[in-house]
Amino acid sequence: MERPLTQYIHPGCPPFDLREYEMTGGYSALRKALGSMSPEEVQRLVQESGLKGRGGAGFNTGMKWSFVPMGENAPHPKYLVANADEMEPGTFKDRLLLEGNPHQLIEGMILAAYAIQADISYIFLRWAYKKAAQLLRKSIHEAYAAGLLGKNILGSGFSLEMHLHTGVGRYMCGEETALLNALEGKRATPRAKPPFPQISGLYGKPTIVNNVETLCNLPHIVNNGAAWFKSLGNGSADSGTKLYGVSGKVNNPGCWELPMGVTVRELIEEHAGGMKNGYQLKGFLPGGASTDFMTIEHLDVKMDFASVAAAGSRLGTGTMVVMDDATCPVGFVHNLQHFFAQESCGWCTPCREGLPWVEKMLLSLEHGTGTMEDVELLQMHTQWLGPGNTFCALAPGAMEPLQSALKYFKEDFERHVTMHRCPYHNGG
Amino acid sequence: MITQKINKDNVATSGSTAHYTTGLQEEQYLTDLERQAIDHEIALVPYKSAAVIEALKIVQHHRRWISDESVNAIAAYLQMSPAEVDSVATFYNLIFRKPVGRHVILVCDSISCYVMKYGDIYKALQEKLHIKFGETTSDQCYTLLPNCCLGCCDHAPALMIDNDLYKDVTIAMLDRILQKYT
Amino acid sequence: MSTIFIDNKQYEVKAGKNLLEACLGVGIDLPYFCWHPALGSVGACRQCAVKVFRDENDTQGRLVMSCMEGIRDGLHLSVNDKTAKAFRSQVIEWLMTNHPHDCPVCDEGGSCHLQDMTVMTGHDYRRYHFKKRTYTNQYLGPFIHHEMNRCIQCYRCVRYYHEYAGGKDLNVFAAHNHVYFGRERDGVLESPFSGNLVEVCPTGVFTDKTLREHYTRKWDLTTAPSVCHHCAVGCNTIAGERYGQLRCITNRYNSQVNGYFLCDRGRFGYEFVNSENRITQPIIRNQAVEAVDETSLLEHLRTLLTNHTVIGIGSPRASMESNIALMQLVGRENFYQGISDNEVFVERRIEEVMQSGVIKAASLQDIQHSDAIVILGEDIWNTAPVMALAVRQGVMKTAAQHALENRAIAEWHDAAVKEIVQQEKGFLANCTIGASPLDEISSSIIHKAPEDLARLGFAIAQRLNTVLPAVQLNDEMSTQAAIIAAALQKAKRPVIISGAGLYNEALIRAAFDIAAACKATATEVHLAYVMPECNSMGLAMMQASGFENAVLRASRAKNVAAIVLENDLYRNMPAQITDVFFNNCQHCIVLDSLNNATTQHADVLIPAASFAEGDGTLVNYEGRAQRFYQVFVPANKNMQESWKWLMKMRLIQSGAAIDKPCHPEEVLMMGEQLLPQLKGISTAAPRRDFRVNGQALPREPHRYSGRTAMLANLAVSEPKPKQDGDSPFTFTMEGYSGMPPSPLIPFFWSPGWNSIQAVNKYQEEPGGSLKNEHAGKLLFEYKRDATPVYFKDIPEAFVVRTDKWLLLPQYEIFGSEELSVYSKGISERSPAAYIAMSALDADQMSLVNGSLITVKIFEQLYELPVRIHANIPKGVVLMPSGLPGVPAMAWNSWVQIISIKL
Repeated sequence: MERPLTQYIHPGCPPFDLREYEMTGGYSALRKALGSMSPEEVQRLVQESGLKGRGGAGFNTGMKWSFVPMGENAPHPKYLVANADEMEPGTFKDRLLLEGNPHQLIEGMILAAYAIQADISYIFLRWAYKKAAQLLRKSIHEAYAAGLLGKNILGSGFSLEMHLHTGVGRYMCGEETALLNALEGKRATPRAKPPFPQISGLYGKPTIVNNVETLCNLPHIVNNGAAWFKSLGNGSADSGTKLYGVSGKVNNPGCWELPMGVTVRELIEEHAGGMKNGYQLKGFLPGGASTDFMTIEHLDVKMDFASVAAAGSRLGTGTMVVMDDATCPVGFVHNLQHFFAQESCGWCTPCREGLPWVEKMLLSLEHGTGTMEDVELLQMHTQWLGPGNTFCALAPGAMEPLQSALKYFKEDFERHVTMHRCPYHNGG
Repeated sequence: MITQKINKDNVATSGSTAHYTTGLQEEQYLTDLERQAIDHEIALVPYKSAAVIEALKIVQHHRRWISDESVNAIAAYLQMSPAEVDSVATFYNLIFRKPVGRHVILVCDSISCYVMKYGDIYKALQEKLHIKFGETTSDQCYTLLPNCCLGCCDHAPALMIDNDLYKDVTIAMLDRILQKYT
Repeated sequence: MSTIFIDNKQYEVKAGKNLLEACLGVGIDLPYFCWHPALGSVGACRQCAVKVFRDENDTQGRLVMSCMEGIRDGLHLSVNDKTAKAFRSQVIEWLMTNHPHDCPVCDEGGSCHLQDMTVMTGHDYRRYHFKKRTYTNQYLGPFIHHEMNRCIQCYRCVRYYHEYAGGKDLNVFAAHNHVYFGRERDGVLESPFSGNLVEVCPTGVFTDKTLREHYTRKWDLTTAPSVCHHCAVGCNTIAGERYGQLRCITNRYNSQVNGYFLCDRGRFGYEFVNSENRITQPIIRNQAVEAVDETSLLEHLRTLLTNHTVIGIGSPRASMESNIALMQLVGRENFYQGISDNEVFVERRIEEVMQSGVIKAASLQDIQHSDAIVILGEDIWNTAPVMALAVRQGVMKTAAQHALENRAIAEWHDAAVKEIVQQEKGFLANCTIGASPLDEISSSIIHKAPEDLARLGFAIAQRLNTVLPAVQLNDEMSTQAAIIAAALQKAKRPVIISGAGLYNEALIRAAFDIAAACKATATEVHLAYVMPECNSMGLAMMQASGFENAVLRASRAKNVAAIVLENDLYRNMPAQITDVFFNNCQHCIVLDSLNNATTQHADVLIPAASFAEGDGTLVNYEGRAQRFYQVFVPANKNMQESWKWLMKMRLIQSGAAIDKPCHPEEVLMMGEQLLPQLKGISTAAPRRDFRVNGQALPREPHRYSGRTAMLANLAVSEPKPKQDGDSPFTFTMEGYSGMPPSPLIPFFWSPGWNSIQAVNKYQEEPGGSLKNEHAGKLLFEYKRDATPVYFKDIPEAFVVRTDKWLLLPQYEIFGSEELSVYSKGISERSPAAYIAMSALDADQMSLVNGSLITVKIFEQLYELPVRIHANIPKGVVLMPSGLPGVPAMAWNSWVQIISIKL
């Protein structure tokens, strides 16, 4: 089984420095691309490889790049941004890549920047990843010193600056346009699309924002080709490997690089070691806090974009949060809605006003003071806070676990009303 | 000849020129170290105000929190208005606009830590430190804050003190952890 | 034009707009909050949701925000779609989760956009049963009251104040449902355009604090269309009264002049009308009982007027009617402008230039749509504030247009446009004496002495038209001239702005030469000369001589009786000169609304109606004659328009009986006969007998309350309604209740639209012209083919003198205008007197800010605190012009600094 992204990551050991990284084939993809491929060829290769964005949306990466204006008349500077603001609750996969192999990310970024002919690149790193920040700073420095960054990289005539930007909180920064506003020193409210960042991104200039994991795939695709990358997907419609994670009351929570399309069962039972003693699996969020619940009936669903969607959820970040039978689904969902209500940027009405209402109703239910009307109003919110009705995807994402909880665990909600208390507490 | 006195005691401050205070005093407020660091960030962006988040981080790094005076000083330095700076400062939850203790304890309250009962850890911290979320111990040692996902859900519950991440936290570990911070 | 289908009905709408604008434009009621025609779309409030369908066969459709969706030919959309309606109602329910139910005690109640939109969506019963969030309010100064609990977070305040008007001290703070709109801390809102927050805010967060002092609901106000009297721009306003007190001023939309916004002086300066300093009684001084009634007054005047050489002193702040009536009464040769010869000289030049018709006068709309602006010498931020706001829009719009070239982004997509624009600006050269907030959006900032600014102007003109004589400039100025000329050469719609503020005629000529030279390359060139007062241009057009001539006349002739019309001469002229005048006049008849230094010299003092109590016409800086209408009949019958008094005086002078009332049109027509250059002024507004379907127009909305009861404390029987023979208006709610023609809009109201946002219904399209807009009468005729005759005569460069400083006026938006300072708030914002000078000069004398210096001006000594400005040229000192209690200064004279206290 190939693990291109993590083969040189050994938890507990320090990551490769530039020399070690190059000894194991690092920056050979960059040399290859700069030496023998045009930017358009890199774009085409990535498009053909079928690489989809690993941040959650699952859009074809090469396709995303293709909207960037190219050629002599294109506005400059163009920007490439690595979205390392991993803030989706339950998600911890990019951390592995950032701390485990920073040069892999840097090489991926230079390749992406070359493909879109970007002049300046940023790593937007979440504040909490202190170790990653340290490592990235060191690695960027090494890359500059070796002529892999800066003017005229490896004599190719291509130049790229790279800066590390660490955030100061706010989940919103993970949304690519809000991230750009944060980079510009503004409030991280999202922007309306269109115009898309490819046309008007950072400082109004063409910009691509890619997830860390997405970018880390690039050196391997350039080195091994599109066919190889497609073959990694284990019979799945999606190419490549994927970092999958499991957290919650399992025996061996963690994060693993596995072929795209591994089943839920394999993930939970083999890699995560099954549920902890005394706990049963009640449901799980397959790809972070803003994905729909799946339940035991979905254990054989393949964890790829299409299969999870067919099961009524989203692959999202591919990092799963497991809910056991001793955890109250109402409390669980309340925790999520509290998070989303707090992290709403306050720009659009439905999200700013709707989420706190949802949160209050869930708390009221959890305290035993909720009514059946509250349950109906929750249901109503899952419809009104849907995609397109709000300014960005935050509130629709928040509604995913709520609507599926109301679908799969409706009786739990009703018991809170009829028992006037949480059935999971006080010996319930 | 007669000398007319026109409201001499009252040096006017309002009116059309109110915008044009030089901010000299505010600039002197920042230390050389802070100014150097901010200058470095300014050099990386197309215009000064784009460096405001970095400037806030720098000043907070040196002074633990962002006071009104700091807001004014940053505003003057970046040729922004205090309101513009504060609009950004108050948006981000890790820019502290109120005094914090010498050490900030961030307890992850997001979903994986919820499942793994971060609530018990919080309760224990409350009992040990006699403060709730948003409060600072009377000796100014600790400020306790809730925080969303720290990105180590496979080791929940987690908490962070200053730059140090603590994973798989149990109540039993708390005393030893807290001892490191004085 | 594009064809779209709204609920299966076909409409032709203007391409390039968004669906919200399209719906409102065709008269469909669609609720919105965050969108504003002047601010564009940002998609924040989600209130204007509609369904859009792929094609006519699509029955599902998708919900979109109409403000964020462009018009496409053939597009099908539904406003009445069930889901769209339900969603819109839901948005209101969300907003109402935190909005207090305090409408009965809220100042916005009855003219609240949120109320209107709530009713429009049909949302009624709340299902939210938790606590509402509450905020602490802020003290924001004398004009604006803050009540954050009512906020619905539409972000319009910050988008208007910060982005549109460039204010620095109001913003949005915090995040999620804690967002807060206000200042970083309590304090006076700095922007002189803060009052517009009252109208921009869709609910009662920002309300008019001055109205609060004597609160009246919109529906209980008697209102009339008015024209602002506090500068020469002539912004259209609505003035409202109840119980004989003027209560508030609101904006009267007009696409040519002020658009949606006023300045704070215009909005809050109205309280002089209610001042205790009003003249209420005709007075004949030096007799046993000085207060007299109208009959004895006129009897007294009959003798006075027939036995003396009567001269008239006109006024730049009195209406055309009053000035004409005075000229008619005293004879053209005996009429003087009540301003200094210096001022007359400069304004005469302005009038002559405008009269020549070579260059079109710049309306504020022209300024907003210009692509390069040069300001030469005039501090418009302080002398014509709303023009400064228009300049800002011109600069911003030019940048936007430039940025959007070859990009598929609609103009209305506000945030996207701003993102592309970044910090780019259109071209603005601000060439003035000292710093101005406009500097921050200026490409070229030049602060020099007036002569040097004029020389720069001539140099610019010379670079545009090399036939003109060259000007010797130093390298710095020469470079600047080249930069400005290059920008003008590229411009298609340049605007040149100057004005009379510095009393420097060379500036007027230089500005003309630049504009004339632009004609070769530009599609359209516009020129604006800012005048000092609301009717300075009208008075200048009467082409009379200045006050010094009247002084001379009075000292030569023996038996002069002077009639001074609404003019405190002590504000315009050093007291020494004015005193001579009064000493030499045998009699002095003064008509005015407020007591001042001049009225103290009156033998006969006659109370004049203010703009709120009378009709009249003002000619603004561009030569636009606009009518303002009487708002209410004062209980005090002595308060009559000056022109009415003067017409009566004319009758008694000729021995005729005062048998029939005289009307504004008649006076104006008289003016047209007397002065051909005023041709057309009588058509500035519909005739007084104008009726719609035979009905006059009501000043009161149909919900006006208390008509039969409000005076019951005085008399039980309902008084007969006051009659108005001077205008097409009634003083009641009776009359035509539809939409009046544009100059006759007393209030904006439409069924379902009680707030000022009802203006949508009066417009051809949102943000466009009013239906059948008639924006006054332009008295200067533009002659497209007229060949410019350049002035060429270039002044000598400014030379700094040793131990002497050139004294120039600094205008203060709050304080320099005579009437508005009688408003408490304006007076609070007005600075104390000071003397400003260059940092270079100050350093030489070791002066610091606040040092006291004694200056000798015209043989008088004044002790003043110093303000040091880096930007003032060396050798020049500035003093605030026209502050109350500060005597008139001899501007452009050389003053000495006598002593210094550090």
